[in-house]
Amino acid sequence: MSDTHSESALHTAYVRKEMLPERDPPASQKGAVLWMRENLFSSIPNAIMTVVSLYVIYYILAGIGPWMIGGIWDAESLTECRAIRDELYGHGREVACWAVITDRWHQLLFGFYPQDLYWRPILTLVLFGVAVAPVLFENAPRPLLIVTALFPFVAYFLLWGGSVWGPAAVAVGFILAWAILTYTQDILGSLAATLAAIVVPLLYWLYLVGPVAGWLHGLAPIGIEAVGSDEIGGFLLALVIGGTGIILSLPIGILLALGRQSDLFIINKCSVIFIEVIRGVPLIVWLFTASLLLNYFLPPGTNFDLMLRVIIMVTLFASAYIAEVVRGGLAALPRGQYEGADSLGLNYWQSMQLIVLPQALKISIPGIVSTFIGLFKDTTLVVFVGLSDPIGFSNLIRATSEWNGIYWELFIFIGICFWIFCFSMSRYSQWLERKLNTGHR
Amino acid sequence: MTDTSTQEPAVKRTQMKVSDEVAIEITDMNKWFGTFHVLRDINLTVNQGERIVICGPSGSGKSTLIRCINALEEHQQGKIVVDGTELSNDLKNIDKIRSEVGMCFQHFNLFPHLTILENCTLAPIWVRKTPKREAEETAMYFLEKVKIPDQANKYPGQLSGGQQQRVAIARSLCMRPRIMLFDEPTSALDPEMIKEVLDTMIQLAEEGMTMLCVTHEMGFARQVANRVIFMDAGQIIEQNEPEEFFNNPQSDRTKLFLSQILGH
Repeated sequence: MSDTHSESALHTAYVRKEMLPERDPPASQKGAVLWMRENLFSSIPNAIMTVVSLYVIYYILAGIGPWMIGGIWDAESLTECRAIRDELYGHGREVACWAVITDRWHQLLFGFYPQDLYWRPILTLVLFGVAVAPVLFENAPRPLLIVTALFPFVAYFLLWGGSVWGPAAVAVGFILAWAILTYTQDILGSLAATLAAIVVPLLYWLYLVGPVAGWLHGLAPIGIEAVGSDEIGGFLLALVIGGTGIILSLPIGILLALGRQSDLFIINKCSVIFIEVIRGVPLIVWLFTASLLLNYFLPPGTNFDLMLRVIIMVTLFASAYIAEVVRGGLAALPRGQYEGADSLGLNYWQSMQLIVLPQALKISIPGIVSTFIGLFKDTTLVVFVGLSDPIGFSNLIRATSEWNGIYWELFIFIGICFWIFCFSMSRYSQWLERKLNTGHR
Repeated sequence: MTDTSTQEPAVKRTQMKVSDEVAIEITDMNKWFGTFHVLRDINLTVNQGERIVICGPSGSGKSTLIRCINALEEHQQGKIVVDGTELSNDLKNIDKIRSEVGMCFQHFNLFPHLTILENCTLAPIWVRKTPKREAEETAMYFLEKVKIPDQANKYPGQLSGGQQQRVAIARSLCMRPRIMLFDEPTSALDPEMIKEVLDTMIQLAEEGMTMLCVTHEMGFARQVANRVIFMDAGQIIEQNEPEEFFNNPQSDRTKLFLSQILGH
């Protein structure tokens, strides 16, 4: 009993009738001064660190700031840039020569893509924004999903051009798969129907797409100017490889992760071997495999586009990583969630789709996005197999007589381009994590 | 665990109806975890409308037994027939039985990423192919029955343990099961919440639900059960009506167990 006074004196029980009102904290406990004292100068070592850090930041900014801000934007070559600089600032001061960007930005962004067709990649990017909106944001209008479904074929048509019937004939393969899955399930049973839905379209793509598209083009020659893969370069190439890799590696990675958890011996072992082999070898080795070795394995006469081969390799590589990240999420899910789903009579795919994956993927968001960002930046490695990504083009530009000897400006520009996309992905993932937080664990 | 006093059932235990129809029949069932023999020669017949309480020391196999009934655990020998369907490796049979048999877990196992209402409508919509509106009406009916309709749009993480367990019961009921299994439904709850869950279960019993309940709530067993089963070391040691079971246990093992759980 803490209330000994009243107890000894009066022996009456004490009951509070009125609650004390809340009071403001003392004046010294609010405001900017308090913030600085707490965060910057809380102790002598902390104060010293603050001062030293401020000096370092000043030193760096004082070096870079004038170099960047004083940069020269209008010149034909590095020599001209230097002449203008000497004229403006006198001899001995270094400033950036942004003129290389204004002169060559289109190559850094689009490679050798024909200049009068720039609208096509730009339109593709805009459509991409529309197509991913319903996937990324729940409150985007649902009918946009039609754009999402059509986007891969439209994008291919816009970027590479040629006959409209090529991508259309490929798209028919997917409709074929869907139709087989829906209509033959009752006749063949689910396993046979699934197999048929995989095998028949594959055969169709391998043997029928070419003739069918050619025949249709003969009937109705609709198309736009074709652009070869070797003309696609710069940041556009990085976006095509990175974007395709990101979009395809997520579903493949999820299937591999489920495969690795499966009780079915063959599926389990195949997934494990695939993941461990792909993950255990550097990406650059796989890229060389794609560019040099793959031709030996393909039937003679097939001319498989190098860019396509690289995209496949990058996708498989990222899938293996995604699989392991997702497996972490699956393992973090309590056993009870699986049992809860089972006890309600949900079958395997239903419980995966409705219960397990939504939670496991939520746990794995940071890892998945890290993998995506890594994949996107790793696309710069394709320069080693002869594709001209932004780094490749920076080399090409520096090899010209006008811009020989320029480094920083190009790399800063490329860096900013990558940073914009990577930073957006990172912010999106943080937003998504906050949104999906339902106050449990 | 000592007796937790709960509301007296409106219908006396002896008046609750038990039909002659067999709901579950287990014959010579054996199960091993690796080389460990968890369940030995289990024989048990449960009629429609029976309320059975299974008790026993921890590790005696009581949870495993009821988990075998809806194939959450696989038995290796013997036969389990639920509602006329035999449990085999056929996945179709298993899914059918699971949708007829409701189950409540010690840790509720609600789906934390779905709202209470979505938790309740999920299985009817996907397994029974009930239209969404109808499923929601059914869900609200059962949520009202367990007395938490106002929480329908919250997430499980925002509810207390007792409320979560009642949602779990409602979620099972939405599938209109003919049999309910309870695996220590009150063991993870604070004492003040045990009563609300037991009251819900008593109400279910009054309505004639076939129930198998692993629990240490002996008060509940006395009030509701028409049979108490005592298990030890993977075997059914003794089964009897509650009065006989508590007042006149036959085996020494049962006497020891009862003295330990009722003795203080």
